[in-house]
Amino acid sequence: MSAVRKKGWREIPKGGLILEAGSAEQYDTGSWRSQRPVRDEQKCTHCMICWIYCPDSSILVEDGKMIGFDYKHCKGCGICAAECPTKAIEMRDENEFREKEGV
Amino acid sequence: MSVKTVAITGNEAASYAFKQINPDVVAAYPITPQTELVQNFSEFVADGVVNTDLITVESEHSAMSACVGAAAAGGRVMTATSANGLALMFEILFIAASSKLPIVMPVVNRALSGPINIHCDHSDTMAARDAGWIQIYSENAQEAYDNIIQAVRIAEDMKVRLPVMVMFDGFIISHGIERVDLLDDVVVRNFIGEYQPNYPLLDVEKPLTFGPLDLHDYYFEHKRQQAEDIKNSKPIILEVAKEFKEISNREYGLFESYHLEDAETAIVVLSSAAGTAKAVVDELRDKGKKVGLLKPRVFRPFPYMEIAQALSHLKAIAILDRSVSFGGFGGPLFTEFRSAMVEFGKIPENINIIFGLGGRDINEQDIRGVYEQLDEIVKSGKVKERVQYLGVRE
Repeated sequence: MSAVRKKGWREIPKGGLILEAGSAEQYDTGSWRSQRPVRDEQKCTHCMICWIYCPDSSILVEDGKMIGFDYKHCKGCGICAAECPTKAIEMRDENEFREKEGV
Repeated sequence: MSVKTVAITGNEAASYAFKQINPDVVAAYPITPQTELVQNFSEFVADGVVNTDLITVESEHSAMSACVGAAAAGGRVMTATSANGLALMFEILFIAASSKLPIVMPVVNRALSGPINIHCDHSDTMAARDAGWIQIYSENAQEAYDNIIQAVRIAEDMKVRLPVMVMFDGFIISHGIERVDLLDDVVVRNFIGEYQPNYPLLDVEKPLTFGPLDLHDYYFEHKRQQAEDIKNSKPIILEVAKEFKEISNREYGLFESYHLEDAETAIVVLSSAAGTAKAVVDELRDKGKKVGLLKPRVFRPFPYMEIAQALSHLKAIAILDRSVSFGGFGGPLFTEFRSAMVEFGKIPENINIIFGLGGRDINEQDIRGVYEQLDEIVKSGKVKERVQYLGVRE
């Protein structure tokens, strides 16, 4: 996670308000994940069922094709893997990747 | 200055203030002794003399929730309650204050259950004293009316933007008929002005979030803001009182001093009991006794330095609490006063008297007895019992 300077009490909007829309994008909910969805490109038919079901809008799509996951926001709920009609998505232990990625 | 003098109950006076304020939304649930207040107001709504959306909800939890929603949407919002109704609102009271929503709510003071009791004491609003609301106590129907009108200006001041509770005593004031001077509708409307919401949710051009998750990283900063904002409401309360005097010729401060300046002993007491105590002060003054009274008006924010200074010259004081802080060292007023006097550095001898729970009457004889006890303390220099219960059977 990046080190962001946290603001003091005089600098923030009052009443706990967030004065901009869509600010949840700045929240790294991917750090909550204990399992990571991994796609088998051979099995994927780009049917977009995962895109429909993902509760966190974390399925990345380009030109009508499923191209991967937004790991900054994917919480690893596994709904995509459960719903995939071709079993193209596998939930794998996050630790495998963390060791490799040095997180 | 055009005024209409009428004989009405405290609840009627409060509902008349509601009518003149003409809020956008009132969401309320009936509870004795507040019922008549909202019932009267509902007639103004039915007759079309106000434009208010009156939301008759299924509980006080819903009443305060609807108020929070309506205030966040950008409306001028009011409600009213008592005792168990206030207790049922408890969760949402904190949300209203922390979301900085300027809701105005009369609370007709009544004892909290149990056992079930519908009569006056201050256990309801004292239990809510740390909810983040400004709390203003009224002695009589006139003060209730005046304080509700002022509360709108205080709550909506851009430097404050906090909800305000205005208290008056259940039955004693809410149902007792008194002479009340009412201001003209147009005078009240000019005084309160147009409400300008800061961040109305209904402004779709500026989308924003109310009530987000706020964890260890920012919650503390938001609480620090709240502490500052309620502290800063003190000069605003005084400014509003000054302007209110110009339209009403009635004077309000953070507290009222009655023959206090040259007094040797004094009683500190909130609300209607202060009226009874004033009669005793008059009687004892006629006999040459140097007695006085301090009646707090604003309890939150607590004007500790001003009050401690006003009491510092006294030889002995009795602080009367109409509620119990179970397991605490005296009632809520007592602990605030003791703490304030320590800060000021001059501490008159003092006792705490818990009285009037569940509507137990306090009469002139009781109050005379308190002043006699203060005399004995001054003479002997000794306090036999620091925290006492007045009017309870042994």
